[in-house]
Amino acid sequence: MSVKHALLALLERGPRHGYGLKHEFEARLGQAWPLNVGQVYTTLARLERDGLVAPEPQAGDDGERRAFRITGAGRAALAEWLSAPVPRELLARDELLVKVVAALEEGAGATIAVIRAQRTATLELLQRHARVKAEAARRGQLARLLAVDLLIAHAEADATWLDRCEARVTATAGAAGGEGPR
Amino acid sequence: MTAMLELDQVTRLFGSGRAEVRALDGVSLRVAPGELVAVMGPSGSGKSTLLNLAGGLDRPTAGRVLVDGTDLGALDRRGLAALRRRRVGYVFQDLNLLPGLTAAENVALPLELDGAGTPKARAGALAALDQVGLRERAGAFPDQLSGGERQQVAIARAVAGQRALLLADEPTGALDSLAGETVLALLRARCDDGIAGVLVTHEARYAAVADRVVFLSDGRVVDQATAGATP
Repeated sequence: MSVKHALLALLERGPRHGYGLKHEFEARLGQAWPLNVGQVYTTLARLERDGLVAPEPQAGDDGERRAFRITGAGRAALAEWLSAPVPRELLARDELLVKVVAALEEGAGATIAVIRAQRTATLELLQRHARVKAEAARRGQLARLLAVDLLIAHAEADATWLDRCEARVTATAGAAGGEGPR
Repeated sequence: MTAMLELDQVTRLFGSGRAEVRALDGVSLRVAPGELVAVMGPSGSGKSTLLNLAGGLDRPTAGRVLVDGTDLGALDRRGLAALRRRRVGYVFQDLNLLPGLTAAENVALPLELDGAGTPKARAGALAALDQVGLRERAGAFPDQLSGGERQQVAIARAVAGQRALLLADEPTGALDSLAGETVLALLRARCDDGIAGVLVTHEARYAAVADRVVFLSDGRVVDQATAGATP
């Protein structure tokens, strides 16, 4: 799971406390991936168990305030992860696909209604992303820009697919001599 | 607030009898100063017809088009041409900058055609170029500018002077995505300064920069998305 690698990447820049890691992670990826501090500590515990990070010797007594540093094994794990492509086969069981296909049983008009309602929601989502993006651009936050760009790309893919669905359903309904949706 | 652009039950038919096409069918739309409205829809859905009617390049078969409170149907050819020159700016996919003129001269040209003296037109052009961040490229010819910069000049030309309505037809069409974003940010900024904008685009991420997105299908508004909508 990639939270662990994201934390390793932050630790490569020097030892950090759990709270500092949470803060830096969210500054970069919080838009796409809000993280609670509990996740940070459980992830650090697992990394420590696997020998990928180690507690700093001069750390305080309070367990939760300990700083961690990355180990040699941690650097190797990070490098291996960075060099491998991420598997992207996805979406085959996407709920939106299932919904549109289910709507087909109700007819072309019902399907177009589902498609249009989803497209409106997608556009509204894109509008919210656009605001975040403008703010990130204004502040020069590159990591945040990349995160919101990914969300935008996914929403755009949905919008493109919905347009295609509408065109196909309309064309098929027209060819069958059915009532064209308006 | 009064609308800068208002389409009131606008219908536009082309052809007649069996060949009749309803390019627009009873469309109503209001765009206030400071507002950017995006228009989306499949090819043939009426987007370009809407933009042509809004800019007074075409007249509706039925319904009214008002720009800054003036009913375009009540104007003669000359009055319409004057209103178009003074109040309406266009940005197209093909930029139509004149290759023999510098950026500043291209932007100044419509102001001069409208009767401004050369110094005044030049000052207006430089101010508009400044607004789009291209002041230092004022002396460059179109072939010395990148595609994105040429489109920025086209936007400066469209907003120079007292223009209050900006009509953009796929202004990002020929640009790579980062240049497209720059152009959209400029359109957005001009609208934030009080100009009313209509943006025709087929790209959802660009449309999302608008305050409202209107979907056309078969000449009708079938859907609207609004930026303020709750998640």
